[in-house]
Amino acid sequence: MKPALRRVWGLVYRHVSLYRRSWPRLVELMYWPVLQMVVWGFISAYIAGLQPSGGTLAAGALLGAVLLWEVALRSQMGFALSFLEEIWSRNLGHVFVSPLRPRELVAALMSMSILRTLVGVLPAMLLAWLFYGFGLFSLGPVIVGFFAALLMMGWAVAMMVTALILRHGAGAEALAWSVLFGLTPFSAVFYPVAVLPAWLQPVALSIPAAHVFEGMRAALLTGQVAWGHLAAAFALDGVWLVIAAMVFMRQFEGARVRGALLNIGE
Amino acid sequence: MPALIVENLRKTYPPRRGAPPPRPAVDGLSFELPIGETWGLLGGNGAGKTTTIAMLLGLLVPSGGRILALGHDMATDRFAALARMNFSSPYIALPHRLSVAENLRIYAHLYNVPDMEHRIATLAEDLELTDLLDRPAGELSAGQKTRVALAKALINRPALLLLDEPTASLDPDTGDWVRGWLERYSAESGCAILLASHNMAEVERLCGHVLMMKQGRILDQGSPAALTAGYGREDLEQVFLDIARGTRAEVVS
Repeated sequence: MKPALRRVWGLVYRHVSLYRRSWPRLVELMYWPVLQMVVWGFISAYIAGLQPSGGTLAAGALLGAVLLWEVALRSQMGFALSFLEEIWSRNLGHVFVSPLRPRELVAALMSMSILRTLVGVLPAMLLAWLFYGFGLFSLGPVIVGFFAALLMMGWAVAMMVTALILRHGAGAEALAWSVLFGLTPFSAVFYPVAVLPAWLQPVALSIPAAHVFEGMRAALLTGQVAWGHLAAAFALDGVWLVIAAMVFMRQFEGARVRGALLNIGE
Repeated sequence: MPALIVENLRKTYPPRRGAPPPRPAVDGLSFELPIGETWGLLGGNGAGKTTTIAMLLGLLVPSGGRILALGHDMATDRFAALARMNFSSPYIALPHRLSVAENLRIYAHLYNVPDMEHRIATLAEDLELTDLLDRPAGELSAGQKTRVALAKALINRPALLLLDEPTASLDPDTGDWVRGWLERYSAESGCAILLASHNMAEVERLCGHVLMMKQGRILDQGSPAALTAGYGREDLEQVFLDIARGTRAEVVS
């Protein structure tokens, strides 16, 4: 294994070992996505019962939105909380004096984000299929693209959160749980962008998730894959990730100047 | 080539908003640590030891000066140096829910250690950790944690080792065991060691040369014996007090 890959694996191994030892942590990963799916599954079933013709499609779109939004949420939390885990265990000093490069730290946190998202969201997807007969994978291979675009958006937001933690210390850690919820109203998760006021629509269209959900609704309601929306989501993800990486590196270097890496957990 | 060359190292932390500019934490530090030697870094609280060590490890960017660690400039090539250095401090923990072996594997991966399991087994045997390998790090005693931290610090066979108060909070027996072990390791491995400590007996025993710091500067340096004689004192602790309190400055000058 190349040294760079091995360093990334070293940090991933650290987190995987932690989960291997602690089943409550594993259950916690699945808890919220499954709970969300169950609640929204019943709401969807209720809506489908009220209006059998269009209601079934609307209910499907709602359930699909819940499951896919969990991907972005879990991706963001998976990245940011893995970083916080190093702060909580007061281990960050050892990590930063090892030959691990900042880009390798980011790669390791992204890897953990993928693992945590899969463990958290796949059981919810399975239960949605078992309980409500809703199979997100029936959308076809495009679902992998939706999944990837939301993962990437989660990483970009998490990198910004991590940059804020580097700037303001562990006091900014509450953002790791809350920041993406603040984007929900503008991300067109449960309703189309067209529902938003005209002045807010450009804001929504600058968020990768809005394009994913527009694309998902198009696929569910018309059966057509909106490749344009998927391409826009990836393009925006690229821009978000570049900006987030620049902010992260700036704050990382700033922390090295201020001495913040010495006492970031305090 | 010395293991560590420090030239006119300076650090002034950025001022807090509305506060007056702080005085330099490190102010023109210069020294050369030869390969295979153990040097002590002594000074009272606020003398600049922690800031110095943080700069030597790349955790902190100096305001000026230069650090060459194992031939690598820490400003431009720090990761090449860090791969051959290591560090131990009782104030930085290892993940306490993971076992000792898991902790050592993490760092074996981060430092790209070949034949990882063999290296861990050897270190465990040397540091009497074999029976503890499967125990969570958080369940160990202070002495056991110190030995695990040392194993982590030696996992990559460092050519330059920085130790921050390696025997702090240990009972005399365990402290003595660690000091004896470090003495043997230093003699056998040829590793250069920079040791920051408040334990004067430890410094006298382990270090061939001592840097006495005060207010970010090296106020005096020399072998423990030469310093003790130079100040007309019986031991290094009295020399430390003279320097910290400024009571014998005229002797030095």
